Amino acid sequence: METTIKKNSGWRLFLQTIMGRAYPRVVGMQRGKSWIFFDTFLPLLSVSAYVFVYRALGAPEEYVGFVIVGGAMTAFWMNILWSMSSQLYWEKETGNLGLFILSPAHLMAILLGMAIGGLVATALRAGAIILVGSLIFHVQYAVTNLLQLLAVFLLSMVALYGMGMMTSSLFLLLSREAWHIANLAQEPVYLVSGFYFPVKNLNFWVAACASLIPLTLGLDAMRQLVFPSGALLGFLSVPVEIGALTVLSVVFLVGARLLLGKMERLAIREGRLTESRR
Amino acid sequence: MASDFSIETEELGRVYKLRENKKKGQAKELVALSGVNLQVRRGELFGLLGPNGAGKTTLIKILTTLLAPSTGWARVAGYDVLRETVKVRPCINMVSGGESSGYGLLTVRENLWMFAQFYGIPSKQAYQRIDALLAAFGLADRAKTKSSDLSTGLRQKMNIIRGFMTDPEVLFLDEPTLGLDVGASRDVRGFVRRWVDENPTRTLLLTTHYMVEADELCDRVAIINKGRVLACDTPAALKHQLQKEAIFNLEVSPLNGLGTAPFEALPGVSKVLHTPLDGHSQVQFFLAEEAALAGVVDTLTRNNIRILNLQKREPTLEDVFVTLVGRSMSEEEKVDNGNNN
Repeated sequence: METTIKKNSGWRLFLQTIMGRAYPRVVGMQRGKSWIFFDTFLPLLSVSAYVFVYRALGAPEEYVGFVIVGGAMTAFWMNILWSMSSQLYWEKETGNLGLFILSPAHLMAILLGMAIGGLVATALRAGAIILVGSLIFHVQYAVTNLLQLLAVFLLSMVALYGMGMMTSSLFLLLSREAWHIANLAQEPVYLVSGFYFPVKNLNFWVAACASLIPLTLGLDAMRQLVFPSGALLGFLSVPVEIGALTVLSVVFLVGARLLLGKMERLAIREGRLTESRR
Repeated sequence: MASDFSIETEELGRVYKLRENKKKGQAKELVALSGVNLQVRRGELFGLLGPNGAGKTTLIKILTTLLAPSTGWARVAGYDVLRETVKVRPCINMVSGGESSGYGLLTVRENLWMFAQFYGIPSKQAYQRIDALLAAFGLADRAKTKSSDLSTGLRQKMNIIRGFMTDPEVLFLDEPTLGLDVGASRDVRGFVRRWVDENPTRTLLLTTHYMVEADELCDRVAIINKGRVLACDTPAALKHQLQKEAIFNLEVSPLNGLGTAPFEALPGVSKVLHTPLDGHSQVQFFLAEEAALAGVVDTLTRNNIRILNLQKREPTLEDVFVTLVGRSMSEEEKVDNGNNN
């Protein structure tokens, strides 16, 4: 069994770690077919409820499209809450966290792997919701600027998953309350981020505060770019929202890097990486 | 010049702060480790032997950079575990008994590949090594089984492969044979021994509360209890210290409330351990001189206790523990659990 093993370090190790941690998300999560029911069919039910309410009220037909896009984006928010932010807590419970930390892999690369894997896997689910929802409810899209749309989506994802990485380092110190906090953050964000209606309908300051969650601006910009009346219902102009999303991306990624190192040191000092003694 | 020691600790200690009463906010401290001084040589298979709650896992956590010591210092592979974590981590790996690491949706081979990526092992070489280790542990036919479908024992074998896969300079095995059947434990022990013997730069630290495992495997053993190292030497040397005492195992009819006190009062009797069994009693006598056995037999006869079986035996590490602590390891665990409750 004696062999000399080549071990990469530096950026190669960083990239390998990202791939290694992304793998269970991309491959593993698709392996159980139950996601087709739980992550596509069930979200479509709640989306349908909003669609029927809007139609009963005689709302403009674009609102149906708003709901479908919002419904698809909830998949990303759920992924951030349950598979990014609180993930390190679950990893601690299963014993993986200790193994990640004692390995030469950088914890930031582990989180990036989780983020990229989660993004790819969730994009598949979100795509399925948009496709099926659009077919069922005959949603018409009119993309005014494809380049801006791509930029908005990518920046929203970078900022959102950056936020997930940053909050996950806070969850590193939590025990069971992680589950409650994630639960607490779920529904209010659906409201203030305007998942099913234009955020402009909210008070300006509420919408401005909600804009700290990248999905708020991302959804608002996407609606402006894919629906004819979207621009009229936009909270801010698309270029301003792209600028804000860029700033949020940088802040969250840098914040994640700094906070993660600090939290790791604190957790090692307090003995919270592998056990619940408090 | 590189140090001869793979692991060194000096006055190493760890105190956990426990929150006993949330309402009153009373803080309580638990000393998990205290004043531990160890030197493990490069190429050595070193055992930490002690009951549950002795501090073995806490020591391993400190040595694997997962926990900061409260006092003292520790070096692994020549690097300080607190200040040079980035240098320590590429040199080590750890496997714990009963761990459920990895992801259930991935196959055994995929889980192992994933962990290989965290050590920077290129995929091609990782797969070669994984396949070789799966074959060595008799797990080749389970390579494509989801790890969630594995039995506890097979899962533990996968964990052990994960530890050896990265060929670390220092490997920590924390109760590695926990949950394994007798045959699988024997296979693991055989592999562990060969792995260390193959390359003099490899060092392995093993914690166990199985005496036979420590006796059979380890070059040296440290006996640890209540966070303190009580003795450290080769198993043979530790047992040799006891060879001035004769140890007799007696199976007798029930002692019927007689207890061990009349025997302990006899001249030449150092220690008596009584284990009530179904319909009879097992009593171990540690005698300073064999002649003291006559007094023991006489006392039994006078109290109408029949001798069913009498056997002189060689000392074991369990006996060493009894001599050092005053109780057997299982008794010590019961006492410790009682105190914690």
